[in-house]
Amino acid sequence: MRTLLILAAIATGVIVLFTTLNAKGRWDFILAFRGTKILSMVLVAHAIAVSTVLFQTVSHNRILTPSIMGFDALYALIQTGLIFALGSAGVSALDPRLLFGVEVAAMVAFSGLLYRWLFSGSSRSLHLLLLVGIVFGVLFRSLSGFMQRIIDPNEFVVLQDRLFANFNSVDGNLLTISAAAVVAVSVVGWRLMHAYDVLALGRETAINLGVDHGRVTTIVLILVAVLVSVSTALVGPVTFFGLLVANLAYQIAGTHKHRFVLPVASLIAVICIVGGQLVLERIFAFDTALSIVIEFLGGIVFLALLIKGTTR
Amino acid sequence: MRSLLLALAVVVVLTLISLLIGAGDLSLSALLSPQDGDRSAQILVVSRIPRTVALVLAGMAMAVAGLLMQMLTQNRFVEPSTAGTVESASLGLLVVTLFAPDMPVFGKMLVATGFALAGTALFLRILRLVPLRSVLTVPLVGIMLGGIISAVTTFFAYRFDLMQSLNAWTTGDFSGVLRGRYELLWVTFALTLLAYLAADRLTLAGMGRDFATNLGLHCRSIVSFGLVIVSMVTATVVVTVGMMPFLGLIVPNVASMLVGDNMRRALPWVAVMGAGLVLVCDVAGRVVYYPYEVPIGTIMGIVGSALFLVLLLKGRTRLA
Repeated sequence: MRTLLILAAIATGVIVLFTTLNAKGRWDFILAFRGTKILSMVLVAHAIAVSTVLFQTVSHNRILTPSIMGFDALYALIQTGLIFALGSAGVSALDPRLLFGVEVAAMVAFSGLLYRWLFSGSSRSLHLLLLVGIVFGVLFRSLSGFMQRIIDPNEFVVLQDRLFANFNSVDGNLLTISAAAVVAVSVVGWRLMHAYDVLALGRETAINLGVDHGRVTTIVLILVAVLVSVSTALVGPVTFFGLLVANLAYQIAGTHKHRFVLPVASLIAVICIVGGQLVLERIFAFDTALSIVIEFLGGIVFLALLIKGTTR
Repeated sequence: MRSLLLALAVVVVLTLISLLIGAGDLSLSALLSPQDGDRSAQILVVSRIPRTVALVLAGMAMAVAGLLMQMLTQNRFVEPSTAGTVESASLGLLVVTLFAPDMPVFGKMLVATGFALAGTALFLRILRLVPLRSVLTVPLVGIMLGGIISAVTTFFAYRFDLMQSLNAWTTGDFSGVLRGRYELLWVTFALTLLAYLAADRLTLAGMGRDFATNLGLHCRSIVSFGLVIVSMVTATVVVTVGMMPFLGLIVPNVASMLVGDNMRRALPWVAVMGAGLVLVCDVAGRVVYYPYEVPIGTIMGIVGSALFLVLLLKGRTRLA
């Protein structure tokens, strides 16, 4: 509990700093501009942290993350495919909620396919799963790249806006939908909180203890798909961030109870993203290079985990 | 032997097709007619022939480099793009571009080779640390190492506005190949020949260190020799035309299914099939959106990763 409070204090401090540091000029403008930026960062941080921890719970594994398994590449592919098939005008005409629904459905179907393999057991198949996920990611990215090459250049500009929004140019509409989605998912996820710890004990044990394993797993995968869609829509792919945050959270929380691990992970993610952005933007005057730094650190963590062999 | 000649004939036909496709008009009748002959001949000599030659050379060399790596690491899933070699070469290129932009292209290639060697050596070092080497850990570690190295590269490329150049090195593209801009690739041809001459020793080195030493082979030096060849080939291809992912992974696996694992027998097959696959992908990239083209790196990414998935899912995870 104390850990939670300390982390919450740090996170609040970072956010306040980000809002007030070097603020020159009119407060109403600054608050509006930085407010949307902070909101999108917090949403993304929360989405990535929660989705990674839950995914790792369901897959009984500390090294798998949704994005390593090619989820965000799939999201980008669906976006590209839609623009390719319907044209940007056609996509804009669609109800954004319907669009979001289609994307999430496709991602859930894909994760279900991959998940069927998780039950084929041995550690060798875990490595197979990882590798298959990574190669699927390459395949999706190549397919997106292919469509982007033969798309009309004007359409490509529209697509780029949809795919690579960064924190400086988040579209208000998108932010509203994303916020609504994240809140809804968090509520559903919170109501299932009692089941996660049991789920983590493994399939047989969970069923013995009266948890409907198949149903809960499916729900969790849907939640993960929604969260990944949100975070990818807002900032684009960040491969290793989730891995970094989840493993830090396990270390810091010092317990396996999801009631603690999930909020801790979420707060750490907020501190990392807002703090990182603060340091890079205000001190080094870099912009959008944060994801590259995270990629570097996360890759090293991943290698370390592989070398230590703590994949179970 | 007869089937190899047949495969060679197929590649020759592909070469002719590759020569006759493009944005400019070129047909045999135009070549022979007196008024259009000069222009057509010029297109052929300056643009088409160099491009096709570059395709054949790069395809052969990358496929053979993959075969070498798989021999030396005793693993079916290793190739320059799953061992950090490509990413290291790109990092080397970036460093040269930053510190000595006026260096002749051969010098750039040598620096990139040095980096590729260092990266590959690091990969092998890390492999020794990994416990329980399952067949699949090896490419996983390699891909991750590549990701880390490319994060460093991207960071500096981003800082110094070199993202465009970086994309050119990482996506194979033959549309810029003209006479005078691809000749460096002949180096890879020489390296491929060298690998062929040393094939028997490399095969023995692939049987494991103790076995090779028993037969009187200095294992360490032959492994280093193989890695130097792989690094040079990768660096040269990255410098001249950019990268083609998974080519060196797919082709040797198919060759191994066809003719087994004796390198002296497999290498000609690998070379011919590598050239063939690259020619097919390149023709596809030029035809699909005629008269514009899709770079071969993209096409190869689709074909390569799809075939890689097939290999993985067919469960051919036996150790070679």
